[in-house]
Amino acid sequence: MGRSPTDLAIFIGKRLVQLVPVLLGIIVLTFVFTHLSVANCSIWYPHASASTLANCQAQFSKPILVQFWTYFVNLLHGNWGASVTGVQVYPAIADGLPATLELVFASLFLMIVIGIPLGVVAAQFAGRWGDHLVRIFYLTGWATPTYLGAVIAAIFLAPYFGLPSHGEYTYTPPPFHQWTHMSLLDALLAGNLPWAADALRHLILPAAVLAFINMGIATRMTRSSMLEVIPLDFVKSARMKGLSEFFVMYKHALRNSLITTTTVLGVTAGGLLAGTVVIEEVFGWPGIGAYAFTAIGGGGAAPNFDGAVAVVAVFAVGVVIANLIADILYGILDPRVEWR
Amino acid sequence: MASTPAAPGSSRGGARAALRQAGSGALTFWRVLRANPLTMVGFIVVAMIGITAVLVIVAPHVLTPYGPDQLTTDYNQGPSWHHPAGTDGNGIDIYSETLYALPLDLAIAFAIAGAAMLGGGVLGLIAGFWDRPGTIGGAVSIVILRITDIFLAFPSLILALAIAVSLGRGVWQLIVAILITWWPFYVRLVRGETLAVKHLPYVMAARAAGVTERRIVLRHILRNVLEPVVVYFTLDIGTVLVTLSTIGFVGLGLAYPSQAEWGSMMSYYQNAGLITAAPWTVLGPGVAIFVTVLAFSLLGDGLRDILDPRSRRVLAGTGTGAIAAAAPSESASGGAGPAPAAAAEVSSPA
Repeated sequence: MGRSPTDLAIFIGKRLVQLVPVLLGIIVLTFVFTHLSVANCSIWYPHASASTLANCQAQFSKPILVQFWTYFVNLLHGNWGASVTGVQVYPAIADGLPATLELVFASLFLMIVIGIPLGVVAAQFAGRWGDHLVRIFYLTGWATPTYLGAVIAAIFLAPYFGLPSHGEYTYTPPPFHQWTHMSLLDALLAGNLPWAADALRHLILPAAVLAFINMGIATRMTRSSMLEVIPLDFVKSARMKGLSEFFVMYKHALRNSLITTTTVLGVTAGGLLAGTVVIEEVFGWPGIGAYAFTAIGGGGAAPNFDGAVAVVAVFAVGVVIANLIADILYGILDPRVEWR
Repeated sequence: MASTPAAPGSSRGGARAALRQAGSGALTFWRVLRANPLTMVGFIVVAMIGITAVLVIVAPHVLTPYGPDQLTTDYNQGPSWHHPAGTDGNGIDIYSETLYALPLDLAIAFAIAGAAMLGGGVLGLIAGFWDRPGTIGGAVSIVILRITDIFLAFPSLILALAIAVSLGRGVWQLIVAILITWWPFYVRLVRGETLAVKHLPYVMAARAAGVTERRIVLRHILRNVLEPVVVYFTLDIGTVLVTLSTIGFVGLGLAYPSQAEWGSMMSYYQNAGLITAAPWTVLGPGVAIFVTVLAFSLLGDGLRDILDPRSRRVLAGTGTGAIAAAAPSESASGGAGPAPAAAAEVSSPA
């Protein structure tokens, strides 16, 4: 029990092992909950061909345990299933995942560079107007339904700021190889600056909306942990040394409260990922959020159950991994935590 | 479990004792409201929303000039004195229709958050109180916690959407779909609070005095866990409303023209392409959701601030280093000590 590299390895290893039952549970639950109702092929797929309907009947008329076993064995063989019309699930998700990650990371970046300083401001002016203004700002984001924010941004803000509101690039496909399938990163890797600028302009609005809606947690947690740190002696002595208030707040106090704020990563992962479902659909972003929207029958599409199970499970795994990273990061940053 | 920090303010026995000293429930509540103008605004708007919802049910014509689904001859009109939020292509008054949706939206949100609070609360109480390893209670709480952990891994909106597509459209289907994803938060919250309270001296004293376990749980633990849970519940109403309307927007909620619900209304008009041609059709219900959620969030966020001993100290102007240094009692292991009994004066902010 200590803080040697071996302890860290065991600490991380243990948490990875703990993941296995959680993953299993996620797949079971997702499967069960998406197959709760009796098969209703003619209602789900009103315009489907006879062969598709027969396909659907054959798949959904079996007992749920048999259905699950078939699905699970296929999954272990690397087959993620297909829609009733025969479109494979895995390639679609593998294609979309990087775009979604790009969007989520861009929002996370905005949340960190805007949300955390706002939390510092709120703590500095606790109980006064600065605090109130910050609170109104983050609760406004909190209270904005994702789709309302996305639709307003896409239809009213985009023309106003002259920003594009659909897709990753103005023209597709781009004239370079897409190594990572993250629009901005690919353009930078290809050294193509005009395309990188184009990608950035496309990224701004969806990422900003996603960040604005999820900002509250980061701001609130920063504020709360700053309030804990500000009265401590080391902050007082920094003030007494005659350091500027800015230096005291951002260099000394914030640095210590950031340890608590790392947990923001885990807490917001769910909100950020869930937000992509609607935001990608509105902004035509080619990620797994938009895929999830279609797979669950959003906007009147025919539901794709294999796709829904897979994409919901992928989102859940994303949350679990984000929490794992936050957990490990916290263990590394806080010297009081023993790795065990 | 060294590294997972608890939710802010998981131990507040002392603060709670201080609160009790501050006066009886209603008086305390009033002081809490007065301490922050935003909390007061939130409370007033929430009260107005409640009165409006009751009026819409009891005396609809006081507030709404037109009946539900009443077709007027004004098509696609912008906001005016006759139609405060305009009309749609069929001549339906958006303002009246939005108000008619209010009781249903609120009822669904309260049903979901309330059932989640009851179900999750009971499980959390069990998992927190009977957690000694090697006993039946310990085994039960481990099972509860593992299942809760798995549910907590899902972004609730996404799982709710997946369940909603399987269950089909309807009020009950919607409630079940969201409820399945909603209870785990309350398990975690109530368990944490129970763990923090059950080692406090007064519980030990009750045990020593021979009080039965059932009575300890119901009288001594439950009553002290209630406060943070109710605050979380207030905040939660807003979150449920947003989730609810998002499901409606995706097109898996209620079928709008026959049943008015804000998310479904927006989805309907948005799909009809009216967001550019007649933006008020989408913005009307949108503003209704926004204002309702904001009001509940202002109230809940303000109340939570007062419960959080850290911000209480600052707000009450008694922030001394010596008291704050006791902060590491935050560790998640559940052995949280009593919170520093500072700041009895909720009513006198700096």
